Amino acid sequence: MMADFWKRFARNRGAVIGLAILAVVILVALLAPLLFPQSPWRMVQRPFLPPFSMDQYPLGTDALGRDVISGLAYGAQVSLLVGLVSTVAALLIGIPIGALAGYFGGWVDDALMRFTEFFQTVPSFALAIVLVAIFQPSIESIIAAIAIVSWPPVARLVRGEVLSLRSREYVEAAILSGQSNLTIILRQVLPNTISPIIVLASLMVATAILLESSLSFLGLGDPNLMSWGYMIGAARTVIRQAWWLSFFPGVAILLTVLALNLIGEGLNDALNPRLARRGK
Amino acid sequence: MTEPVLSIKNLKIALPEGADRDFAVNDISYDLYAGEILCIVGESGSGKSMSANATMGLLPDLVRPVGGEIIFEDTDLLKLSEAQMMDLRGKKIAMIFQEPMSALNPLMRVEDQIAEVFEAHGLLAPKERATRAIELLTEVGIPDPEKAARAYPFQLSGGQRQRVMIAMALALEPRMLIADEPTTALDVTTQAQILELIRNLQEKHGMAVMFITHDFGVVAEIADRVAVMQYGKIVEAGTADAVLDNPQHEYTQKLIAAIPKLAAEASEETAGKTPILEVEGLNKTYVTGGGLLFSKPRIVHAVNDVNLTLSEGETLGIVGESGSGKSSVGRCLVRLMQPDSGTVKLAGHDMAQLSGEALREARKSIQMIFQDPYASLNPRSKVGRIIAEGPMAHGVSKQEAYARAVKLLELVDLDALAIDRYPHEFSGGQRQRIGIARALALEPRVIIADEAVSALDVSIQAQVLDLLAELKERLNLALIFITHDLRVAAQICDRIAVMQKGRVVELGPAHAIFNNPQSDYTRTLIEAIPGREKELAAAG
Repeated sequence: MMADFWKRFARNRGAVIGLAILAVVILVALLAPLLFPQSPWRMVQRPFLPPFSMDQYPLGTDALGRDVISGLAYGAQVSLLVGLVSTVAALLIGIPIGALAGYFGGWVDDALMRFTEFFQTVPSFALAIVLVAIFQPSIESIIAAIAIVSWPPVARLVRGEVLSLRSREYVEAAILSGQSNLTIILRQVLPNTISPIIVLASLMVATAILLESSLSFLGLGDPNLMSWGYMIGAARTVIRQAWWLSFFPGVAILLTVLALNLIGEGLNDALNPRLARRGK
Repeated sequence: MTEPVLSIKNLKIALPEGADRDFAVNDISYDLYAGEILCIVGESGSGKSMSANATMGLLPDLVRPVGGEIIFEDTDLLKLSEAQMMDLRGKKIAMIFQEPMSALNPLMRVEDQIAEVFEAHGLLAPKERATRAIELLTEVGIPDPEKAARAYPFQLSGGQRQRVMIAMALALEPRMLIADEPTTALDVTTQAQILELIRNLQEKHGMAVMFITHDFGVVAEIADRVAVMQYGKIVEAGTADAVLDNPQHEYTQKLIAAIPKLAAEASEETAGKTPILEVEGLNKTYVTGGGLLFSKPRIVHAVNDVNLTLSEGETLGIVGESGSGKSSVGRCLVRLMQPDSGTVKLAGHDMAQLSGEALREARKSIQMIFQDPYASLNPRSKVGRIIAEGPMAHGVSKQEAYARAVKLLELVDLDALAIDRYPHEFSGGQRQRIGIARALALEPRVIIADEAVSALDVSIQAQVLDLLAELKERLNLALIFITHDLRVAAQICDRIAVMQKGRVVELGPAHAIFNNPQSDYTRTLIEAIPGREKELAAAG
């Protein structure tokens, strides 16, 4: 099973590249305190030191003389943490709601789906800004805000899958054998929705990283944490004098999000072999 | 003899690596002559469709011919380019498929789809195409062809759709017609009509027909010559009479012996036994549409005042065509579906009124075996878990439930090691045995088998039917056997209820139903069984 999975995943070359990029990002995030023992907020050199001019600070310094490469490494921590935790939180909200709506149907479905639509009709970024502004910017409030705006697609996906699975014969057999609704949902239905959920989740991590960057760019990031979005936001006024200040964090966001999207596509190929594109 | 229309010589088609064998078809040769119907018969996975697909250039991506030739009108089709094949398809060789709904474009009117055939080959002016479409529809015997031409596929019945497919295939008067299981998805009465139509058209146009099927009854109805395939090889070929009456190869003999015989034996009287299940005045209607002011709701009486009784140890067959309500009855009995009215007395309790915990308890004594061996087992659960889940839900300890699962697997002739494997590691017949073991796990007194052997090959079907009969004896089960297949019903049932449009039109002992049917509908059904005349002639 596992070997098969890898074979199909590896057949998509983009996915392997994505995995490699993500591995580098994760490694950098984990090793950041070792590679750069000093705080990324500390002034280390003169301001606006251009990249590649001093070996010690290869990517230069920012408007306050802080090391850019150290900021990138610590920013990777924030981005990955926010991406992962907020996605897990969104799944924890979305999966139960979708599963209950799809399994029970009728008024339960109606009520839960109207509730979901309520969140879908509000533009997600605007809602996230409002939530973070109300609860004060901090890593917890940012994660909560991202989770709250990104669970509706999960709920809709799970509901659709459950709707089609619940009329399967093995679910009917489980009903006949006297299993409780909870057991049926947990044991018969949800395990079979896992493939599309994994694919969606990998893409949601990417979206969450973008959302966090956007919030930080607007100055709504956690003031104690260096993040890629904050770096770009702080550099936007000096973009013509010091291009590298927004360029390198921008590349970091691009590569990470791209890597996650490539992985998502590879997972899709590997988990839904019948939908995989042909002729390869 | 004249030149064959199609001549396949030493054809070898390779399967991709990792398949269960190296070649889909391995070194097969046969000829097809004008004016004859050649049946290619085999069970699933025998490679019977492969040579036809190769002829049409329709092989899947990773499957390719590696040897031999397919000679049609002096050219080797395997050497033609895609453009040359396109010209040939439809014009010289036409094909009809199993599922007419998915073979027709759902968003296109019938006449446009037929006209498209001419358009693809740049023939006839648009007006002539329309008239020709009507002519063709008339020829294939669609009632009211003008109206049918304006219809969309979903507005036609299955049989009518298959007629449209045949009309499209005939449009350019091909020399050769390939029919891949064209009647498998159809009801038995419709099947008889379509077979007759293919036979008539073939005689009228002098076409060569390659007819692919798994059903020996159909072979007996239609074939001039037969080729029997197993594991990618032709094991026996000859005239229909020779192969059917006097099969030489062991495999053919086995296949023919596995076909359920039509004659039902008179069974012992069941009147004296205690009834375990009594169904009275069961009704179920479906209402669809009618949401808006002007649309009339469509009301379908799926189950219409059905009365049945089932005695201990008895097998009651419920037989009918698709849409007759036979499955709805089964689902109402176990309350997978809520009946509108009526009582279902199971050992004294009225199943139709129970709910909650009482229903859960009552369901222990009435279990179901499902049709599709692939959809009825959870692909992510191990077999042991699948069987043990029921007893565990009723408070049996895990150890005991698994121990019982092992016993049940042995009871249905599967290896005890199966409990640690996933369903996809088993064949269709084995999966159906797992389904039976699951149904038995709660020690029910009544089992409802809903088309339980319909998806299986005939030899596997025979084994599963034998197993069911044996288990029924041993465990003193009462069985309700829902099926569209009268042959299967004849073999296993003590009594049979024939259903049509939600009503039971005839109910009686199996031998009486077959030997002396009372209602017109039952008579039509029995007469439509493929291969029946041949069997009658042989019998007497």
